[in-house]
Amino acid sequence: MPVIKARVTVTLKNGVLDPQGKAIEHALGSLGFEGVGQVRQGKVFDIEIEGTDAAKAEADLNAMCDKLLANTVIENYSVSIT
Amino acid sequence: MKSAVVVLPGLNRDRDMIAALTKISGTAPVTIWETDTDIPDVDLIVIPGGFSYGDYLRCGAIAARMPVMRAVAEKAAKGVQVIGVCNGFQILVESGLLPGALMRNTSLKFVCREVKLQVANANTAFTHRYKPGQIIRCPVAHHDGNYFADAETLARIEGQGQVVFRYAEGTNPNGAINDIAGIVNDKGNVLGLMPHPENLIEPAHGGTDGRGLFESALGVAA
Repeated sequence: MPVIKARVTVTLKNGVLDPQGKAIEHALGSLGFEGVGQVRQGKVFDIEIEGTDAAKAEADLNAMCDKLLANTVIENYSVSIT
Repeated sequence: MKSAVVVLPGLNRDRDMIAALTKISGTAPVTIWETDTDIPDVDLIVIPGGFSYGDYLRCGAIAARMPVMRAVAEKAAKGVQVIGVCNGFQILVESGLLPGALMRNTSLKFVCREVKLQVANANTAFTHRYKPGQIIRCPVAHHDGNYFADAETLARIEGQGQVVFRYAEGTNPNGAINDIAGIVNDKGNVLGLMPHPENLIEPAHGGTDGRGLFESALGVAA
């Protein structure tokens, strides 16, 4: 069975406070990395979908994001077929 | 008044909630499970706190998509009262029954302590046994209780009196916007709150400040 491999990236919307990103930013600074600006953290999902229909897979992945993978109150998502 | 408690894998406050409802109403609540799609005829459904499904993906995200939550949503649409406490509140926002989102505490730490709550709206099915503006004590225990809503949603819920409890006297433990600790939906029959009123209902708990919420919802005499 052929599979389509996709990557879904979920990030916080602009304006949503990201205390975890802030903590990571400070930790990078304390490791001596200079010039680190803002850090925003998020999630990555690598998903395999059986079949060859990339358009259908993309539509399904968008629906997966809307229904489960992202909380669209606070998060944006992007889908890329690799 | 008949009540039900939703039990999901990973919840850990269900026994406290069952004890509180039993002690205050005199009747043990019915227990409903994650795969139940038929909820018996009850007046109040409570989703207790804990770590349903290990808090995987986002707190409450998996639980919100289980069959039982579709059944809870149908009951809520018919006017049945629903209360979600702590993880239960997270499940209600993830399921879309309440607006907004609950994010990581700004301190990034799990907080387990007592806070002060102001009854911001005493004219609801869940708070009418309290006085308007009354300050009560209540325990909290959570890692993700930082309530957030976009500006438009926030203005709407504030304008419609949907903010029911606020952290008071500088005790906001999580950075929640406008000190929001608990909200109701626009119909007023679904309540979510981060603090644990079920853990302050009898003298053995060191206080009874949480009783008013259950006495209001269950319609029992104080």
